[in-house]
Amino acid sequence: MNETVNVRVFRGDAESGGWRDYAVEVEEGQVVLDVIHRIQATQAPDLAVRWNCKAGKCGSCSAEINGQPRLMCMTRMNLFAPGEPITVAPMKTWPLVRDLVTDVSFNYETAKTIPAFKPRPPEADGFWRMQQEDIERGQEFRKCIECFLCQDVCHVIRDHPANKAAFAGPRFFVRLAELEMHPLDTEDRLELARRDAGVGYCNITKCCTEVCPENIHITDNAIIPLKERVADRYFDPVRWLGGKLFGRRRP
Amino acid sequence: MAQAVAAPLRRGFLTTLRHDRWWVEPALVFVSLSLFFGWLTASIVMDWGPFGNYEVEGTHLLSPVFEPTWLTAINADWKGAWYLSPAFIVLIGPVPFRATCYYYRRAYYRSYFLSPPACAVGDVAPSYRGESRFPLIMQNAHRYVMYVALVFVPLLWIGAIRSFHVPGEGWGIGIGSVLLALNAFLLMMYTFSCHSLRHFVGGGLNCFSCSAWTRARKRVWDYVSLWNEGHRFWAWSSLLVIVAVDVYIRLVANGQITDPNTWSRF
Ligand code: SF4
Ligand code: SF4
Ligand code: FES
Repeated sequence: MNETVNVRVFRGDAESGGWRDYAVEVEEGQVVLDVIHRIQATQAPDLAVRWNCKAGKCGSCSAEINGQPRLMCMTRMNLFAPGEPITVAPMKTWPLVRDLVTDVSFNYETAKTIPAFKPRPPEADGFWRMQQEDIERGQEFRKCIECFLCQDVCHVIRDHPANKAAFAGPRFFVRLAELEMHPLDTEDRLELARRDAGVGYCNITKCCTEVCPENIHITDNAIIPLKERVADRYFDPVRWLGGKLFGRRRP
Repeated sequence: MAQAVAAPLRRGFLTTLRHDRWWVEPALVFVSLSLFFGWLTASIVMDWGPFGNYEVEGTHLLSPVFEPTWLTAINADWKGAWYLSPAFIVLIGPVPFRATCYYYRRAYYRSYFLSPPACAVGDVAPSYRGESRFPLIMQNAHRYVMYVALVFVPLLWIGAIRSFHVPGEGWGIGIGSVLLALNAFLLMMYTFSCHSLRHFVGGGLNCFSCSAWTRARKRVWDYVSLWNEGHRFWAWSSLLVIVAVDVYIRLVANGQITDPNTWSRF
């Protein structure tokens, strides 16, 4: 059952651009990315769009559909009511390259600032051993596909680009939490989390969690625990005194 | 760096491409929080007028806003001296606990501070530093008020259990006492699902399996994590019920309604 829908797509670059309307045929079961491809194939061969897997796993096709940050390949067309206007725009937080393609290199640069996993020495037989219960929390975080939708929706940098110098963003709080909670890791990243990554800028309004296509509980399981760890170190005089009197323990 | 930006990509307060009714949630939260906290603020000082009584005479049916009762008793003196409402006790525990609660922060940063009003809707603040600076950096004190709030859990349960007993008539049951028990239960769940408590009991550990002590903490952490998923629900239900119970007990205490119960009086 095919029907024709009107899709409004942003065309242009950072300096000049605007909406362009396309009437496209949609087949049952199709997703927004299919529609964009059909526009490309039939009406606008120069429409720029980034994608790879079309299975919600590569994190390339992030865009803003009706104002909501989403993966184009995981947004089914039957989500929209008949006649509902459909707009597809590039992510707002990153410099626009063209049409739906943005320059997400902020995220790659930020990733480089986070010290890698540094395991303690192996056991006598040369192996490391971990228990499932100790790495379960980190496994949730490893589902991240680096679509950067959480980074895009976060008002700290979305509405205040100047903060990009002082704020790593939710995806990297997920990464920091993963490493900090790791049972074998020996690196200390709490000073980084507080000072350079700016976890204090986050006001836990949870938009990152709302848009994450992997349903990672970014705020509850990564950011808030990270804030609590930072509070242990920097904002808790009782713990500070305890540390001074009895030495710091890091189980 | 003045740079022309294509109109659809501009930033600014309330700027959004969303056309769903994104403003419904923050508006509802704004109205409900204002109503509930407005009433509770009034309740703290309201010991006059048609709803002035907050304790049903001859019983232990006391509005939970005024728990614990033994402080209310001592308070007879305070009141004469500085006109301090016994309910001011909530100002050192429950009020700062909710004010710095991670869930309520989400709610009021969105609905009152409009920062942001909703996801992908432009932030009101021209510049923004969040909780990295004074005064909002003080939110890090949440753990301390959580310790105080924990003390209120048994206090409210004691108050609720006492309400099942009427001096001179013995044990029984009534709508008021059941409501007080429900209130104590919801307040307990709200406190036990706190994010700071979750961190305190075990979230701060990196190795759960390392000793019997950390394994025990992991078990508690599992429970708190489970309850924590419903933190928003506990936050709202406990707030709604404390307001409802306060209103109900005042209505009974001031003779506007009768409490259906197994005792003979009131
Ligand atoms: S919860 Fe924090 S990190 Fe996530 S979108 Fe909101 S402000 Fe950004
Ligand atoms: S945390 Fe979720 S939203 Fe953020 S980059 Fe990873 S998968 Fe995308
Ligand atoms: S194309 Fe890979 S996530 Fe959409």
